[in-house]
Amino acid sequence: MSAATLKRGLQALREEIDAPVASFFSSCMHCGLCAEACLFYTETGNPEYTPIHKLEPMRRLWQQEFTLLGRLQSLLGLSKPVTDAELEAWQPLVYDSCSLCGRCSMVCPVGNDVAYMIRKMREGMSASGNAPEGIMGATTRAVKIGSPMGVRFPAVQAQARHVKNDTGIDIPVDVEGAEYLMLMSSMEIINFPEYMESVARIFKQAGKTWTISSTAFEATNSGIQLGNSDIAKELVQRVVDAAEKLKVKTVISPECGHAYTAIRWEGPNLIGKPFSFEVKHIVEVLDEFRTAGLLKTEGLEEARLTFHDPCQLVRRGGVIEPPRNLLKMVSQNFVEMEDNGKMNWCCGAGGGVSANEDAAELRLTAFKRKKVQLESLHVDTLVTACANCRMQLEEGLEVNQMDMPVVGLTEMLAEHLVETPDDEASDDKIKIPAGD
Amino acid sequence: MNEVNFLLWVRGIGFDIALAIFVFGIMLRFMEILWLGRKPELAAVRGNGVASGMRTVFSRFLPADSNTLKRSLFMVVAGYGFHIGLFVVIFLFAPHAELIESVTGLSWPTLPSPIVDFFTVLTMLALMALLWRRLTHPVLRFLSTGEDYLMLLLTFLPVLTGYMAFHHLFLSYGWMLGLHILSVELLLIVIPFTKLIHMFTLFMARWYSGFMAGQKGVQS
Amino acid sequence: MTTRKDLTVGEALRTQGISRRGFLKFCAATASMMALPPSSIPAIAAALEKARRPSVIWLSFQECTGCTESLTRSHAPSIEGLIFNVISLDYHHTLQAASGDAAEEARHTAMKENDGKYIVVVDGSIPVKDGGVYSTIAGMTNLEILKETVAGAAAVIAVGSCAAFGGLPAANPNPTGAVSVSELVKDKPVVNIPGCPPIPVVISGVIAHFLTFGLPELDNLGRPKAFYGTSIHDRCYRRPFYDKGLFAETFDDEGAKKGWCLYKLGCKGPTTYNACATMKWNNGTSFPIEAGHGCIGCSEPQFWDAGGFYKALAEPTGNFTTTAGVAVAAGAALGAASGLLNRNKQKQAGAEHETVTADNLEKEQTS
Repeated sequence: MSAATLKRGLQALREEIDAPVASFFSSCMHCGLCAEACLFYTETGNPEYTPIHKLEPMRRLWQQEFTLLGRLQSLLGLSKPVTDAELEAWQPLVYDSCSLCGRCSMVCPVGNDVAYMIRKMREGMSASGNAPEGIMGATTRAVKIGSPMGVRFPAVQAQARHVKNDTGIDIPVDVEGAEYLMLMSSMEIINFPEYMESVARIFKQAGKTWTISSTAFEATNSGIQLGNSDIAKELVQRVVDAAEKLKVKTVISPECGHAYTAIRWEGPNLIGKPFSFEVKHIVEVLDEFRTAGLLKTEGLEEARLTFHDPCQLVRRGGVIEPPRNLLKMVSQNFVEMEDNGKMNWCCGAGGGVSANEDAAELRLTAFKRKKVQLESLHVDTLVTACANCRMQLEEGLEVNQMDMPVVGLTEMLAEHLVETPDDEASDDKIKIPAGD
Repeated sequence: MNEVNFLLWVRGIGFDIALAIFVFGIMLRFMEILWLGRKPELAAVRGNGVASGMRTVFSRFLPADSNTLKRSLFMVVAGYGFHIGLFVVIFLFAPHAELIESVTGLSWPTLPSPIVDFFTVLTMLALMALLWRRLTHPVLRFLSTGEDYLMLLLTFLPVLTGYMAFHHLFLSYGWMLGLHILSVELLLIVIPFTKLIHMFTLFMARWYSGFMAGQKGVQS
Repeated sequence: MTTRKDLTVGEALRTQGISRRGFLKFCAATASMMALPPSSIPAIAAALEKARRPSVIWLSFQECTGCTESLTRSHAPSIEGLIFNVISLDYHHTLQAASGDAAEEARHTAMKENDGKYIVVVDGSIPVKDGGVYSTIAGMTNLEILKETVAGAAAVIAVGSCAAFGGLPAANPNPTGAVSVSELVKDKPVVNIPGCPPIPVVISGVIAHFLTFGLPELDNLGRPKAFYGTSIHDRCYRRPFYDKGLFAETFDDEGAKKGWCLYKLGCKGPTTYNACATMKWNNGTSFPIEAGHGCIGCSEPQFWDAGGFYKALAEPTGNFTTTAGVAVAAGAALGAASGLLNRNKQKQAGAEHETVTADNLEKEQTS
């Protein structure tokens, strides 16, 4: 099998250049507005992090090979071809300092979707071997082990046993004909075990059938972060196979941003055909339960809390109102951040940044934006719906010595579930960690 | 070449050449872009891409969110000043409207020339402000290429020569008018082959952007 | 005893019954006409008083006699009439009584007697194609007469657009190879007084200036700045309508009736430098724009070929529709070809796609 080469990288880019890309590159006037929307620029002041600049090699390839004038220039030997060294030099710009959050795409006066192009740019970077080691490692683990964090199914089973012990609820595995196929993210399996318990209790109350799959439990898709469709497709295919085998109606993406984008939006395009099932984010499903009266809660959180919008769920995913509907159901002191919803600021760790050791320092610098937002809001609790955001937020708060619990939305809802008589083991339910 | 011949040339052959290259280039660029096509969306869409695309085409004429607006106030104000000024000068000055009518058959009411004169000055000031910003702001200075500065110059020249012709500065009206028309022709010729093409492609860009976001249920 | 020819201008005027007071009035009018300050009136008076009546030889070539008509039809007793009475017009086809050899004799005599001092006035352009055979007088081509006459002249005044710029005879396709005076006369001062016809006062004013202060200050087209310094547009009484954006769209619409600006009807006022808007015609009665028609720019070079009298200045003059049509088709064709190439490149890259797997993520090791 041939190794990654520049040639393959450039070919990948050529495949990716489409009419939107050509119209975006044609329209950029270098006004610099995208920089003002990018937390990697605003928090560092480094102009290299200007979003459109991160695409310069791809823009040059487009100019040289996809415009008449560029072709003439190339024929006359007037243009400098894109080199491997150049792509390598761009690695920190395409990966370390971009979380694919897409905020720049919202402010561009000419309407350039920069994040759409960065995703494409990463195809060239990954095919030419210019992706960061960290993301390559995670991808290799995802493909070979089944999870980017190296989690295997037995670890999931162990989680299931804990849930059974704590709640008495069986976690259904490989149940054919269940309505929902529940995916998990490695982080939830390792760091946030509350999640599995919470969904178990909520689905039990709602009376809905669901299952997890022993062959496709992992929701995250490193291929998307790496920016490689071949690998992303392979990972999506696992879920599609499981969903089809188990004949579920809906696949639920867990509290994870890019996993949602991967399966919900990129999935069918990656495998080249529409899904035979629906894909929903857990928050969407819970909001449907709420509307249908299947989600019965009691009590209201008294803490002043706010919601951190995961970019891939909200701005790039279109799930904007459901988390707010749910939060308002269980809290009396919900406040919005200054920039929220589709204009939220990224936590700084999305799009593979958290898996990329090169970006470890930068992503904590980028967190300063969230810090400022939170400080101006004077909240006690931060709620979110993405395990990756949650990890970054917790680390950022810790580093900045800010005392504030970060809670997953699903768990918070589970906390307020109305007790049902047969809910025996609910006495020792997990308390929301108090800020100590 | 005397004044009359010069003016005749720019109004005649010069204009023909410029217009021909302009429309040729626009067609070429549009075809080049559109033929690339894009893959069909296979995911179950949440919203109407068409409606959202149309909305984005217009909504991006307005400033972005207040935070970005605050951060880029200078650029936004100067940018609006320039674009509005240029729009007024190009389309609402009677002789210009007369030219457009003679070429396209479309006509509309125009503004008194002192008002257009004011907008001309505004446009030039805004362009100078944009240049200053480009030279001093770290991001803009970093991003800017020779082309960016050349575009500023090529856009500035027609406004300046038009102003000078109107006020009979430096050269006789005929010469200045000729230079003014020539500078516009130069601009027409470069538009399709430089980033000035954005005046047309931005509608495509916004459309695609809004369309794709709209299918996901986000109004971008 | 002094002959009539030896009289000074002042003496000549008095023999015409012009009083001292009338003479000063004439000087004041001359001064204001030439945009000179009132303080220059005594100087003009003194100079004119002493100036010898100049001998003037008027040559008419390819012309329509409109320029002469313009002068002679002006109302008496006008300033221009006066000045014509004080000059010694020794040769003028239309006006002289003599004919045949006698006429040519008069020219030769005037040239001999006033060698180096006489003024040559030319109206009409000079055909130079085919040896100049297209216009001859007394067996000589216009070209020959001009060269012969100008040789001993003090200055040449090219009256009318034909003499100044070639005018109608030189209009496309210029079958006679007509040229202006200044294209042929390089060694004598040439003053252009263009117009079709020129304003009579301007002709007499230039002669008066020549007599008093010598040649007037000229612009880059050889025209006296005093008369051709501002455009018709800038001095037009309809200018406020232009500035307000009020235009007549047709010759019989409301705008036309209300006297709005004629720009859209092709008025060449903005590019035409002449004194019509201030001096007007027929003793200051009116001028074309006042009569409801746009300026046709008759005092500018090539006015006949300058893109059409009824085409607004902003309008392109060429055949742009055809060119643009061809360009659109060519752009579409080449664009489609280029687009196909783009698409092929994209497709080919897809066809040659080598699947990326977890095993080939790393870069090829270059040894």
